[in-house]
Formats: sequence, C-alpha cells, structure tokens
Amino acid sequence: MLVLALDTATPAVTAGVVTLNGDLEVLAERVTVDARAHGELLTPHLLAALADTGRTLADVDAIVCGIGPGPFTGLRAGMATAAALGHALGIPVHPVCTLDAIAAGTEGPLLVTTDARRKELYWATYDDGARVTSPAVGPPATLPAAPARAGTTLYGDVLTMPHTGVEHPSPAGLVRAATGQLDRPARPLVPMYLRRPDATVPGTRKRVTTP
Amino acid sequence: MSLVLGIESSCDETGAGIAKLHPDGRIELLADEVASSVELHARFGGVVPEVASRAHLEAMVPTVTRAVTKAGVELGDLDAVAVTCGPGLAGALLVGVSAAKAYAAALNVPLYGVNHLPGHVAADTLQHGLLPSPCLALLVSGGHTQLLRVDDLAGKITEVGSTIDDAAGEAYDKVARILGLPYPGGPPIDKAAAKGDPEAIRFPRGLTGPRDAPFDFSFSGLKTAVARWVEHRERDGLPVPVEDVAASFQEAVADVLTAKAVRAANELGIGTMVLSGGVAANSRLSGLAAQRCAEAGIELRVPRPRLCTDNGAMIAALGAHLVAAGTRPSALDLSADPALPVGTVSV
Ligand SMILES: [Zn+2]
Repeated sequence: MLVLALDTATPAVTAGVVTLNGDLEVLAERVTVDARAHGELLTPHLLAALADTGRTLADVDAIVCGIGPGPFTGLRAGMATAAALGHALGIPVHPVCTLDAIAAGTEGPLLVTTDARRKELYWATYDDGARVTSPAVGPPATLPAAPARAGTTLYGDVLTMPHTGVEHPSPAGLVRAATGQLDRPARPLVPMYLRRPDATVPGTRKRVTTP
Repeated sequence: MSLVLGIESSCDETGAGIAKLHPDGRIELLADEVASSVELHARFGGVVPEVASRAHLEAMVPTVTRAVTKAGVELGDLDAVAVTCGPGLAGALLVGVSAAKAYAAALNVPLYGVNHLPGHVAADTLQHGLLPSPCLALLVSGGHTQLLRVDDLAGKITEVGSTIDDAAGEAYDKVARILGLPYPGGPPIDKAAAKGDPEAIRFPRGLTGPRDAPFDFSFSGLKTAVARWVEHRERDGLPVPVEDVAASFQEAVADVLTAKAVRAANELGIGTMVLSGGVAANSRLSGLAAQRCAEAGIELRVPRPRLCTDNGAMIAALGAHLVAAGTRPSALDLSADPALPVGTVSV
C-alpha cells in the first residue's frame, strides 16, 4: 500500500511517501520548516516526494493527514489539500493527531508540545507512544512534568526536561500513528482547533456626538 | 471545448462553479454552488475571519461535489481549475487556494490563480455574453467599491477609482446597525427605504467637491453623518424615522456611485457599463444606474443577483476567459495574496 503522509500543524511543511507492505518504509520525504509557507509549499513538496519515487498521485492508495492541534491558518492548508486530493483521487484520507505522530514509536513517558502562539502550548502526554492524556492547550507553566519532552523546544526555561530532538511530525510518525486505521473506513477529517475563534459580539454602538 | 472548475473563498461564501468554454468563445454556466457562512457572522455584525476560514474548510469538498453533480460531469472531465488567490481574507483565501492546487495536481490539469475583482466582471459574461472592449465596471459589495476600465478580461484591467475608506456595503452594515436593522444591512435598508422619502434628509455626497479625486469614493463620512443625525434626533426626544433615514442614506450612496461611474464612462469614451458585486442587487442603485446610463446613452449590464454576489461561477468564467486567451497557467507554488492588485488578473 502506497501512503501519502502530510502535516501542516507545526512550523514544518511535511510531505512524504510511505509504503506499507508489512513493514513501514519511507520512500521519500520533503520537509521545510517555514511557518508562513504551508500554503505555498505543500503541493510542490508532495509532488516532488512522489517524483523521487517514480510514482504519481494516481498510484497513491491512501492519505494520512495531521489534523492538529495547530495554529489555525497553516493547519487548514494541509487539511484542505488532503481533503481535495482524497476527493479527486477517490482514495481515503485518514486523520491523525499531530501530537500522536510526534510521539509515535517513542519509549517510556513523554510530554509532546507544539507552539500554540499567544504564549501557550498544545500538549498531550504519552507512554511508549500511546496517548495518556487528551490533547489540550495551556500556558507552559501549567503542563505536567515528564522524564522527556518532544515537539517544540520553546519555553525550555519552564519545561526543563530533556528533549528527544524530534520537533516536528515525520511522514513515518504520521503513518505509524494511523496504524490500525488504514484498513478501516476513514474517520471524518475534522481539525483539532482546541480554541474558539476570536470574535466578540459588539456591545452598544459608540456615539459620534457627545450627549 | 473546455470545462473549468472555479473555486472562490475570499470572504464568507464558499463557491464552486463549473463553466464550459465553447469553440466559438461562448462561456456556458453548468453549475454554481455556494455555501455561505453569513449567518454565523450575523451576531458579530461583520465577517469574522477565523469563523469564515473554518466554514470554508468544512464546506469546500462538499460544495465542489455538489457542483460536479449539478453539472452532470465527472471530476475527471475537468480541463482546468481556477481559484481566487486575492484580494480577500488571508486565512479564507488559503483554504480555496490549497484545495484548488490539490484538485489541479490530482486531476493533472492546469491551475489558474485569479483575481477576485475581474471575476465579478466575468460573471456578467455568463448571462449577457462576451463584453465589448473597452467597458467600465462598477463593483460594489461589502468588501469592494471600485471603478475599473476593462480592455481585456484576460489581461488588461486598470483601476479608474476606488473607495478611500469604507466599502459601500460596509456603510450599509454600519447604518443598519445605527438604525437597529439586522446584518447584513443591504436587504433590510433597501426594504425600509422603499417606504421612505429619499429626499427627507440631505446626507453628504463624499468626495464630490471640485478638488476631490473625481472617481474615488468615500463612505465613512456618510456613515458618521447618519449616526450624528440619528443621535441628535434621539437627544431631542424625537422618534427616528427609520424609513426616511434608510431612503435618504441609500439615495446618497446610489447618487454618488452612479454619478461618478457615468462621468467616468463619458470622460473615457466608454459605451458599456457592468454593475456587479453584492450591492448591485440594491434596487435604488440598479434603478438609478439604469436611468442615468440611459440618459447618457450608455449600455448598462447587471448580472442577476445570484451572479453578483461572491460565487465560484464567476471564477470559473474568468478561468474560461484565460483558457480562451491562451494565458499561461499558474505554478503549483501559487500562494494566496490578500492584497493582490486589481491589475493582476492572473498570477
Ligand atoms: Zn466580491
């Protein structure tokens, strides 16, 4: 089975081509860390990764897409791409939590964090790569302690545990996180925002004249 | 013959349209599907960008699916994909651009990243056929108020004038709020105005002084003048004649828009005018435009309301014009440009 893996929930623009025939093998990948280039680079990245393997989109059997949590704008670039590819190619798009993809294949207890902006982090805890607590968003000081940490290196002064060195989800991690999903019908592709949109209901109108 | 999918997501409407370019250059509309998030914004009194962007992501594939079904074609039959890449809300544009790139890549067809504003002009060609060259376009909506000279829809478009502050549709929303009418303000003001006296109050006509830019617009002062008038009335303990205020406000907007547009057409020697954008459906604006264009011997073309508001059909139509003109397609590293200049028809 040929799987296209993509994620835009972190500053990385991640695309990769993975085969699953018993073993998981990453055939090609393109990852660029540029938080402002998700919309621009994702499609070229996945086409380039496919070209490296001598395949085309028509050869892809399934897509695995990170659904965040992640800063909204970039996250949607990947999800809109995955949804349209799945539609046009008539193949399933399997959602995976981006934090799960970062934790996939790790050993022991782990705290995974990604940048949520506004001085907050998205986070979840894991044990041997399996999720222990649900993804949440909060200030760094409120996060639980763990023997190790992965994901963003931000707030190292608050979260002082050793970092595993893995900052972004990899194509292999994305596909690993989807293990068990791929032979079933795809679940709905719904983004994990964890925050409500910024919007305030207007109060009374400001007067232009003094009463 | 060529089938073009058009995708629009610059503001609060997710649009997918399919247009067919015939060998004789005629462009036929096969599908025009829109999912609007306008109701989600109503209680905020204006479009909330994040709310709009979330709604676009949710609606994109279902809207394209409906368009393909409605057109009676298969995705694999499409020959090109066109998408609005600007101007508009950054996060909203990004959803459409990302999806369009994926559709173009998966279907292995050319992609055209296009400008939303000429899209409004192209919408008219779906109803009234090809446009003469040159023509003048007056685009009026919640997001834009522009006067454009269109020499060639596929390439040569120049701005003659634009608003220096609020868009006309924005002024409608703000005045509706002053009068306690719902959002969006266009339809309720039009309805109230029908029962009011347009000459009851003489509201200011922005930028109409002898030294003002002849073809630019300003609606911020008008909105403030309405607020001031209403507040004085309330201060004096008098009832606010909502219908007269609505009619007088609407008269000021329609008067200044049509006067400047007709003057521009006369000075530039242009005989055809297209009135489009969400506010084009306003009865007084279209009525006064028809009257003044007739007096000046200008042919006025106003697409039906469904084609005037933001939709994917207009983007499909513009894409078809680009295909017909043999325009070079966009690269797949296309990105959204919230401030795309009006002269850039395709990227
Ligand atoms: Zn528009």
